[in-house]
Amino acid sequence: MSMTFHPLGEAAVKVSFNEAVSPSLNKMIKAFCTNLSFKDQGIIEWVPAYDSVTVYYDPWVYTYQQLTELLKKKALETEQQQSNSKTIVTVPTLYGGEYGPDLTTLAKSKKMNTNDVISLHTNGDYLVNMIGFLPGFPYLSGLDEQIAMPRLKEPRQTVPRGSVGIAGSQTGIYPLESPGGWNLIGRTPLRLYDLEKENPFLLEQGDYLHFRSISEEEYKRIEDEIEKGTYKPERREETL
Amino acid sequence: MKLFLVEKPGLYTTYQDLGRIGYMKFGVPTSGALDRFALEVGNILLGNERGATGLEVTMKGPELIAQETFILAVTGGDLSPMINGNRIPLWKSVLIKKGQVLEFGKPRQGVRAYITISGGFEAEEYMGSTSVYEPAGLGRRLQARDELFGTPRERKTGTGLFYTEIPEYCRDIEVRVVKGPHHEQISADVVKAFFSSTYEVSPQSNRMGYRLRSELETNHDGDVISDAVPIGGIQLPGNGQPIILLADRQTTGGYTRVGTVIGPDLPLIAQLPPGGTIRFKEVSVEEAQEAAIQVERKLRIWSRMT
Repeated sequence: MSMTFHPLGEAAVKVSFNEAVSPSLNKMIKAFCTNLSFKDQGIIEWVPAYDSVTVYYDPWVYTYQQLTELLKKKALETEQQQSNSKTIVTVPTLYGGEYGPDLTTLAKSKKMNTNDVISLHTNGDYLVNMIGFLPGFPYLSGLDEQIAMPRLKEPRQTVPRGSVGIAGSQTGIYPLESPGGWNLIGRTPLRLYDLEKENPFLLEQGDYLHFRSISEEEYKRIEDEIEKGTYKPERREETL
Repeated sequence: MKLFLVEKPGLYTTYQDLGRIGYMKFGVPTSGALDRFALEVGNILLGNERGATGLEVTMKGPELIAQETFILAVTGGDLSPMINGNRIPLWKSVLIKKGQVLEFGKPRQGVRAYITISGGFEAEEYMGSTSVYEPAGLGRRLQARDELFGTPRERKTGTGLFYTEIPEYCRDIEVRVVKGPHHEQISADVVKAFFSSTYEVSPQSNRMGYRLRSELETNHDGDVISDAVPIGGIQLPGNGQPIILLADRQTTGGYTRVGTVIGPDLPLIAQLPPGGTIRFKEVSVEEAQEAAIQVERKLRIWSRMT
């Protein structure tokens, strides 16, 4: 594997993998990060992205030279240790109505009915390329181009937590209530960021998401169970 | 025990430690004191852990009524700290008595001061840190009538930083920058112009980032494949107006970055008021590391002395 290093100041390095963005690169990046997690006082944390990993380190422990040598070694080890399974998280989603106020407009502009949009959106598995922008926000790839749609001209002041949207050829879920310009097609009762939990984050880089269309009744039931702390998000492992 | 009652909260006063470590991969910014050196020294003067929780005070300070008698220190920018109307020295441990009022006057130098107390403030901890980051519900700024808690220990007053070590916060600064990671995407002429320009700090500058204004002309495509953004990263979007990203920035971004301001120089930026000016000087990663190690060495020595 070919890598390029760029120092980001005195205490971080960007490791770029000279390869096009793809699910297999994502898997390699995930394995590389897993390999960093062995206790090492000098390595503080790391952030995986589409085609790079940024490693934050302590210059008191490692010089830049020493660190890049160590990372090269870790990358070699990684090539032999990639996992051959993937985690798929199901995201129950209530489409349309007040939960997805832009679904009808989107369907109309594509000359489809709303059920076609829903079935295209629930069809595939989406890869979490990285987490960023907001706590717990997944950068997803895998949207069917037939339902790609430019951002709204006028962003909304507030988008409710859990809103599922489309912007360009990306789909995403709002982990927090925030302003936003995505076309909202539905909402999930799942919490991508929940401070009440010991691990507040539902997702990590490398996970796959699958959207499942639910009724308002099921939405309320899941919401209620999440409130009580009895709901377990559906996760399954699949061999690649 | 209850140490302070907040009479007035000030413009933007928040608990900060040295930041939230290990959650950037989940999109949670580090946060933490913008002027780390000032917070660390404030803690050292009181015999605290260097990263104990302090209050970061911005421009217009709070008014706090002491509910006990204890030792505190005010470090960082000179926002005219006073106890019962009398100026107190910065960078020195002082006694406040039950019923006395800690307040601030006119900003004289810098824009951020740090209040540390013996034993540190006891604040709500989220993901291992007390640093306030409001957008994600991680604590909030001080409000009138808040009560602030701590467990002060017996300490000496008059422990101070030797005067030659006290930083000078200027309105016109030069900071050191390690080039990259996207400089290859920007033309060599623009990168050269970037390092020879002077920038003015816009009023839209805060803990997320400092927006700069300049005459710099650029011609590059400002978009890149999104990657992690470190504290000190300098975004240079297509419009040529740089943004220096700071502690409360988003953890990832999709704009070209021309370089990263080195850690030891970040306090100078944290103390720069709107209208202040900034220039960038390129250094090698080795020089940057040497500068960081020099600061770290001092802090370690001072920690052993108190």
